[in-house]
Amino acid sequence: MSFSQRFTDIHLDVLKEVGNIGAAHAATALSKLLNKKVDMHVPAVRLVEFDEVMELAGGAEKEVVSVFLRIEGEAPGSMFFILSPEQGEEFVERMTGMKTDVFNPDDEMAVSALQELGNILSGSYLTALSDFTHLDLHPSVPSLTLDMVGAILSFGLIELSQVSDQAIVIDTSLTDTEHSDAEAIKGHFFLFPDPNSYDPLFKALGVQSHD
Amino acid sequence: MTEVLQIVKVGIADVKLGAIPDKIRTSGLGSCVGAVVYDERKQLAGMAHVMLPDSTMAKQGTINRYKYADTAMDDLLEMLLEKGASKYRLKAKLAGGAQMFTFKSSSDMMRIGPRNIEAVKKKLTQFNIPIISEDVGGKSGRTIVFDPATAQLHIRKVNHGEVTI
Repeated sequence: MSFSQRFTDIHLDVLKEVGNIGAAHAATALSKLLNKKVDMHVPAVRLVEFDEVMELAGGAEKEVVSVFLRIEGEAPGSMFFILSPEQGEEFVERMTGMKTDVFNPDDEMAVSALQELGNILSGSYLTALSDFTHLDLHPSVPSLTLDMVGAILSFGLIELSQVSDQAIVIDTSLTDTEHSDAEAIKGHFFLFPDPNSYDPLFKALGVQSHD
Repeated sequence: MTEVLQIVKVGIADVKLGAIPDKIRTSGLGSCVGAVVYDERKQLAGMAHVMLPDSTMAKQGTINRYKYADTAMDDLLEMLLEKGASKYRLKAKLAGGAQMFTFKSSSDMMRIGPRNIEAVKKKLTQFNIPIISEDVGGKSGRTIVFDPATAQLHIRKVNHGEVTI
């Protein structure tokens, strides 16, 4: 059975729950950090072609700030937290009270504030996921990058690309609620479990996997 | 008469041809490699956007040949020859193959960019196609546009400006 045929609606629902729990914890963490209410949107779980993965994040050439970490342990995978550069700057300003330039790699305040944001959000996402599944999952040191969506996300698809031409995208977004839509900080989580991680994930959550 | 210039978009794990007045473009190359092979006199070119070095890595039944450097380059050559390109006039330009991330627990996958470049070059050597210029490696993503009319490859990187090779 091919990779994509292994997933039924039930599997996608379970993965949605995974995204839900992870992002809910991350939203709480962000809310504490900014001392503001942060909303989480119901996650979208989709099976899409690689090119569509990039479209979901704004297009392959779009420049974004991203925090990437590898998940190691019983269900390895890749996780990305993605913000637009403007939203990254907005975030740093709210966190530190300073205007920054995320395009300037020498702007240490921006780099360390965003790194910290990434650590906190991805750490809380992963801890929630680990608690929920009782799987041993631990993050690598997150790396902060400002680059094109395609260049960043394609790295998360390498493991998967050896078995499939489609990816399961678990996409959750966060928005702070005190601002109008245009000003709100919106961030996206993308979770790409490695192909061999679906069995342990489904098993941990009590769903029969199709092999 | 006005000719409408079109941009031929090459996706991830994709191969496409373009001839004047069209340009060929692929966006957001990271560890992937964009390989352009062209016949300057015919003003015909093809671009491959490869993700992985070697089709023997595949763990799936039917493979997408455009995903792997070895099979994509075979197909690219065949498509160009079919369109009337002369094998002896073919030249190549390359971009991409960056190492976007570095981790201590560095598996083979971390070096995927350099491995993709090596694999594409190996194929070009095997075909006796000379590499005229390249902008490979580094740590940045690239968007590339090739113009078959001028045989110029335009490369844009975030924070590193634009170059034409």
